[in-house]
Amino acid sequence: MTIYYNEMVDGGLVREPYAMLSDWIETMPAEIRQMKQAEAEALFRRIGITFAVYGEGGDPDRLIPFDMMPRVFLQGEWRRLERGIKQRARGLNAFLRDVYGRGEIVRAGRIPAPLVYRNAAYEKAVVGFVPPRGVFSHIVGIDIVRTGRDEFHVLEDNCRTPSGVSYMLENREIMMRMFPALFRNNRIEPVDQYPELLRRTLASVAPAKCEGEPTVVILTPGHYNSAYYEHSFLANLMGVELVEGSDLFVDGGFVYMRTTQGPKRVDVIYRRIDDQFLDPLCFRRDSMLGVPGLMDVWRSGGVSIASAPGAGVADDKAVYTFVPEMIRFYLGEEPILNNVQTWTLWKDDDYRYVMANLKDLVVKEVHGSGGYGMLIGPRATKAEIEAFAERIKADPGNYIAQPTLALSTSPTFVDEGVAPRHVDLRPFCLCGDRIELVPGGLTRVALREGSLVVNSSQGGGVKDTWVLSE
Amino acid sequence: MRLKITHETSYCYDPPAQGLVQSLRLTPSVHEGQRVADWTISVSGGQRGAAFRDGAGDWIEGWSVRGPVQEIVVSIAGQVETRDTAGVLRGHRETVNPLVYLRPTAATRIDAALRDLALSEQGEDGLDLAHRLAAAVARAIAYEPGVTEAHTTAAEALALGQGVCQDHAHALIACARERGLPARYVSGYLHSNAGGEPHDAAHAWAEIHVGSLGWVGFDAANACCPDDRYVRLGSGLDADDAAPVRGTTFGSGEESLDVRVQVEEMEQ
Amino acid sequence: MLSRTAANLFWMGRHLERAETAARLLDVGARITLLPNTAEGYRNEWESLLRASGAQAAFAERYGDEITQENVETWLFFDHANPSSVASCIERAREGGRIVRTALTSQVWDALNSAYQDLRALERRSRGQLDPAMLTDFTTRHSSTVRGAINATQLRNDGWHFINLGYSLERADATARLLDVKYFVLLPRVEFVGSGLDNYQWQVILRALSAHRAFHWAYGGEVTASKVADFLILNGESPRSLLTSLYEAVWHLDGLVRRYGAAVPASASARAHETLEQLIARDIEAIFDEGLHEFLSWFINEVASISNAVHDDYLSGRM
Repeated sequence: MTIYYNEMVDGGLVREPYAMLSDWIETMPAEIRQMKQAEAEALFRRIGITFAVYGEGGDPDRLIPFDMMPRVFLQGEWRRLERGIKQRARGLNAFLRDVYGRGEIVRAGRIPAPLVYRNAAYEKAVVGFVPPRGVFSHIVGIDIVRTGRDEFHVLEDNCRTPSGVSYMLENREIMMRMFPALFRNNRIEPVDQYPELLRRTLASVAPAKCEGEPTVVILTPGHYNSAYYEHSFLANLMGVELVEGSDLFVDGGFVYMRTTQGPKRVDVIYRRIDDQFLDPLCFRRDSMLGVPGLMDVWRSGGVSIASAPGAGVADDKAVYTFVPEMIRFYLGEEPILNNVQTWTLWKDDDYRYVMANLKDLVVKEVHGSGGYGMLIGPRATKAEIEAFAERIKADPGNYIAQPTLALSTSPTFVDEGVAPRHVDLRPFCLCGDRIELVPGGLTRVALREGSLVVNSSQGGGVKDTWVLSE
Repeated sequence: MRLKITHETSYCYDPPAQGLVQSLRLTPSVHEGQRVADWTISVSGGQRGAAFRDGAGDWIEGWSVRGPVQEIVVSIAGQVETRDTAGVLRGHRETVNPLVYLRPTAATRIDAALRDLALSEQGEDGLDLAHRLAAAVARAIAYEPGVTEAHTTAAEALALGQGVCQDHAHALIACARERGLPARYVSGYLHSNAGGEPHDAAHAWAEIHVGSLGWVGFDAANACCPDDRYVRLGSGLDADDAAPVRGTTFGSGEESLDVRVQVEEMEQ
Repeated sequence: MLSRTAANLFWMGRHLERAETAARLLDVGARITLLPNTAEGYRNEWESLLRASGAQAAFAERYGDEITQENVETWLFFDHANPSSVASCIERAREGGRIVRTALTSQVWDALNSAYQDLRALERRSRGQLDPAMLTDFTTRHSSTVRGAINATQLRNDGWHFINLGYSLERADATARLLDVKYFVLLPRVEFVGSGLDNYQWQVILRALSAHRAFHWAYGGEVTASKVADFLILNGESPRSLLTSLYEAVWHLDGLVRRYGAAVPASASARAHETLEQLIARDIEAIFDEGLHEFLSWFINEVASISNAVHDDYLSGRM
């Protein structure tokens, strides 16, 4: 029987961070709660923060369920997490700088060469180029799970364009609007400085050729994209243009946007489209989303791209197993946050172990995301396990396995009142001239009783995440 | 050998194009086998933008033309001093790890027949194997222009048993990678002594990475290694990735294209 | 401002106004069919309406020659295959608004989104419960709310000019086309000119432009063709007259020219000023002498040229 850490009740007592919430819950009548819940939903729908899941059909304007019960961290807990997250972001960027340069970590035999150089996310076109300030991944989303009072594990790194930060901000806005008293009576660290920090971070990596105040834009694949709301939300809060590929063009070694007053030079592009679609002259020839010639301009220092093309090689689930090694190698430090134990199926020993223990393990595709292409052994039927085993046999190198984690639970509103539900956390670390982290993040919660899958596409919801001041 | 190269491409648009952006890999590589004496790239009505050497050692120039424009001429003229290095690429500054060139692409994807071809040869070492594979590809695919086209894959060319230099290079690359040898596509010019057709002057071949020697060129189409008749421009995972000219035109017009390439030997 | 953003705002304005036009056409049609003495029945009236809206062929393709009130209603209000139907226009205005969310205030987005959500609810209701008057009300009510939100909350910046430019050029075009309906209706029956029927039709048009009361305040007395035409063409107090619409377009174009300075081409402004001068130079007699239809054709053409010039100057994203 797995023991799950309950973040609210420890040893029969309500833990300090949740003490005041416990009163709040008890004094809130059910009808008020239902009313507030409906109000929150109406607010979310009105502001239009919805998400669409590719290929799932159904309502394109679906809301991600919002749980009004916040998830709370003590200042001390957060400080440690913060140090660990920033350390990891530094390690990941050092790795990217290295593997697109001399590849010292490979030469030193600390990570296998094929894992890096044969990785589909490793971009040949990036080799030899060092982006401004040596930063490749400017927004690092690190998925963290808690398994005990002092035990935090990193489940996954997201070095490309992690999404979800709009939920972090909107969840807070809505909580403050609906329950101002909670915020008056508790000292909760703010998160609303995030857009300004993001803008500053992006401006800080403007190319050397940039004259004056850098012009930053967000590049979106367009309004049909499931994260379009987030793109326009961030553009709005940062006060920068939200552009599509066709709004930009390359001329004379620079990138310009088409405006009503003629061409205007762009210095930093926060892109929310994948590498493969960035530039048809460099990557996929058929891409209509990108900007022809963009990569040439980037590589000659005429524009900055965040995250840098090729940054995905650091967040691959196979490379993940080496992140602690990166931290030791580049930073000379011991990792503050642990990885989850991971078996890599291209190793014979690991393969044998995993195939013999599928029913106890979680198996993931190396390049999969969003909870797709994975097997949760303990929750799968025999037939599902057998079918998955066949897929693994066909291409073992494409899979890794991890133990089923004892994800902590956080109190969550359910029909019957309040009950523990499993949660994870995605903080958003910003890397530019400085490394910044707002105290908070996106807490995802598995709303179904007993479920460990927090992905919004599979019955997950979101919560506001609080860090209490001293 | 001192080679004089002229390479002119003219694009016509009807109706006129609103603009054009190109990324050109049209400058000879820097290595022991060749020295650039003089080289100019010009694009009519165009502006030169980004210009840099990438991690693979290729010199890249970005050019743009603001429309409306009816005709654009890309002209290359220059002279290169070449030397026979028996195909070995020495003194070429590049930082891309050879393992990157084991990656399959659409044009070089292996199939059963290519695998059979790749496994049909045995070599004493990497270099020997590479030579044998090049010879095997030359036997399996006869030089025959007009049968294959730009998008023909290695597997398709092998099935046809006919093709041009691009198909030979693709097939050789696929076979070499299958045998664990990093391989890449090289584009360049070839001076044909026999007074061949002008279109032969733009040429392509393969390079295979063989252990201590590094990258070595193999021209399966001519069953030889590149010598002083060859001028190397740039490389890539396949023809598309190594394309000397990549561009996008803005506008809805029809494009018509005319290419003239000439490689002449200069009197010393 | 991004050219694409400006284009979306401009077209948002046009679509909102166009939705209203479709609803007004529906209203005019419904009222004209209530006329007595139409020996050939309602059929011709609806047909002339379709001709006026330039949709005859597209309509025929979809409904054959079944020009019934219900089909026309569907076509003008609900049909997504008709790019000028109320449903299409509201949907496109909302889509355009969604794309440029950052350029809109939350009040404008709210109003736009509510119009769209209510439209979807309306589409789910059975047609038996809906009549043309109600559909017209639905449209004018929502478009007034959106318009109010725009004018009350949007920054007076270039974006605001583009929205209003869209509105005013579309309205200039729509009023001219609505006036032209009268021409098409009367064309086969010259003998009616000046008759009671003629005057009744003019009143219907006034009503359709929600200008019925305003007209009486402005002119008083009997409804005559020349008074109505004067009111809808040359009266600067009439909110939907050609002159007012064009004045507004000119005003917003001047705003853009002032804002953007000499570095940005201003062919649209020049063209609009020219058209305005030519319009002012006419009086209503001259227009009737010239032929109302000929005059309107000229005007519709001018508006299209100004719109094209707006595109060239600001929306095309010149490099």
